[in-house]
Amino acid sequence: MAFLFIFFPVVMAALAVLIPSDRWRPWLLPAAGTLHAALTGVALARHAPLSPTAWLALDPLGKVILLVVSLLFLFCSYYAAGYLRNRGERPNRVFCVCLLAFLGIASLVAWSRHLGLLWVAIEGTTLVTAPLIFFNHTQRSIEATWKYMVVGSVGIALALLGTFFLAYAALHAGHETSLMVHDLVQHAPDLSKPWLHAAFVLLLVGYGTKMGLAPMHTWKPDAYGEAPGVVGAILAGGVTSCAFLALLRAYHICVAAGESVYVSRLLLLMGLLSMAVASLFMVGQRDMKRMLAYSSVEHMGILVLGLGLGAPALFGTLLHVVNNGLTKGILFLSAGNIHRAYNSKSTEQVSGAMRRLPLSGTLFLVGFLAITGSPPFGPFISEFMILNGAFTTGRTAIGALFLVLLLVVFIGMGATVLKIVQGRPAFAARSTPYRDSVLTGAPMLGLLVLVVVIGVVLPAPLAALITDAVRYLEGRP
Amino acid sequence: MSNLLNSLLVMVLMLNLFALGTSRIASVIRTVAMQGALLGTLPLVLHGHLSGGALLIAALTITLKGVVIPGMMNRALRDVKIKREVEPLIGFQASVILGALATVCALLFAGRLPLAAAHAGTLVVPTAIATVLTGFILLITRFKALTQVMGYLVLENGIFIFGMLLVQAMPLVVELGVLLDLFVAIFVTCIIVNHINQAFSSLDTRRLASLKE
Repeated sequence: MAFLFIFFPVVMAALAVLIPSDRWRPWLLPAAGTLHAALTGVALARHAPLSPTAWLALDPLGKVILLVVSLLFLFCSYYAAGYLRNRGERPNRVFCVCLLAFLGIASLVAWSRHLGLLWVAIEGTTLVTAPLIFFNHTQRSIEATWKYMVVGSVGIALALLGTFFLAYAALHAGHETSLMVHDLVQHAPDLSKPWLHAAFVLLLVGYGTKMGLAPMHTWKPDAYGEAPGVVGAILAGGVTSCAFLALLRAYHICVAAGESVYVSRLLLLMGLLSMAVASLFMVGQRDMKRMLAYSSVEHMGILVLGLGLGAPALFGTLLHVVNNGLTKGILFLSAGNIHRAYNSKSTEQVSGAMRRLPLSGTLFLVGFLAITGSPPFGPFISEFMILNGAFTTGRTAIGALFLVLLLVVFIGMGATVLKIVQGRPAFAARSTPYRDSVLTGAPMLGLLVLVVVIGVVLPAPLAALITDAVRYLEGRP
Repeated sequence: MSNLLNSLLVMVLMLNLFALGTSRIASVIRTVAMQGALLGTLPLVLHGHLSGGALLIAALTITLKGVVIPGMMNRALRDVKIKREVEPLIGFQASVILGALATVCALLFAGRLPLAAAHAGTLVVPTAIATVLTGFILLITRFKALTQVMGYLVLENGIFIFGMLLVQAMPLVVELGVLLDLFVAIFVTCIIVNHINQAFSSLDTRRLASLKE
């Protein structure tokens, strides 16, 4: 099963290399996305017992991440087919190959139960997404790709050192060195504490760089700003979720080792710092894609904060991974459409998007309301649960700060979004031929339906999936 | 055995200082290549017994770090027609002194670390820390894109040295995966370096400054 998940996208990528036509090649993406989503459905429904020696197995945490990546990719793949049809002037072989390879590697991240293999896969996601950021081949996109590669590679190298430290913590305790998640969790109480602490710091910095936590977020606005909208969606919802899974693994081991006080202090600090930095840069932001990048920094902060709050907030945190991934999809895809129609992503040129592109403009506004935690959308539920977690654990000050920062973000982001969607489009923008189409419109609506459904009813299978993951994380059978 | 190991590691430490002290990019590439090849022999020295897997990894590491990657870097260097790193953030002599200080700190620091008894007498951990620090010094103080890549490679070498202590934890497949990632990373970076040179007519990363708030 695992091999199917990982290899069929790779085979499709090989196929994409061979197909000579730029017009037909992009259709491989929806085919792969649909097949992957179907496979994910089958894999999530199965309840196979976890084998302690299997390298590739789907535990409850992996299931949540696999679900996010698969759903997001499904919608993005149809959008990408529409997007690439509009961008007929650019060859898309590398783009399709890298996107398909990403699907395979992200599946490997979700299935991997060996921390070394997990590292290899996450580094792989950096490598296959770098050419995607470079798609437009402009000076600015070169700069963004360079920063993404350098900052990302150095960060992830530190994560490898952290992984080694974890293994050394086991070796120092006299256990056979192993990087299997199962072994490390089993031996967690014996692990050498100084090495474990150092390992967690390095893993937090390393994988935190990949997630885009402040102050390691500097690559993020550049990369998200210059990448095509659909790539932004994959980065903000897919790559970050993969990196968060790695952090969850480290958290799992540390909590099993009885170090929850130490890790939660660090996580709370990083979470609040990321939210604060994001809210500062979001106020007065003129570039809509950079604004979305800071929103991503903020939500990574929320995830880490939720993790730091521990048990009462874990359900909300894992639910927020799903909500953030899907809502970022709506925002980046609609921002991509608006960018196409105006040939600009700055509020100086873009206004009146709701008149110029009724569907994308409206969805951009709705996506903004959803991501900032307005009811009845999914993020409202998950952010509320995290806030609730802060108050039930008696951390009133953190809860209050969390609320204030959410409010600042709402106001800052709202000002930019309203400038974009309201008013009259300038003449230059009305003359471009771009219009909303089925392929670039329907995926956003699909994502919106999911976000609303999660917000209104919270489907029982999803709730069960996340409850399982929380139980697994807390070490209860 | 421990003597041979320690003398190899001392050579690694000296190569760190060489890499910091030279302005010619070609020399930096050669130094890092030698360091990489030297590291490839470490697993054989450290573990004595020669299994097929260990030999394969050693051979691949030496080929990749000693031949393939330096070859790619040299080609990139030829294409961009520059020879020297000019005006680093801190001078070359100062870099060497900083590198030496980092090495001393690493030695002192490693002495205080809670190491397993088998590792306390060797230079593996201090060399790993010193090499990681050297990588950071190169990354931060140099501005030519190619030298920064070399800095990343030195950083990676440092982590590789630490990994020597943990062979059982890293099975063959994962080791191969790490090497593959490194290869692809350098490959992609060389392509970007080439594009930087074409688009900006320079390899100076300070020119990459149009994206900011």
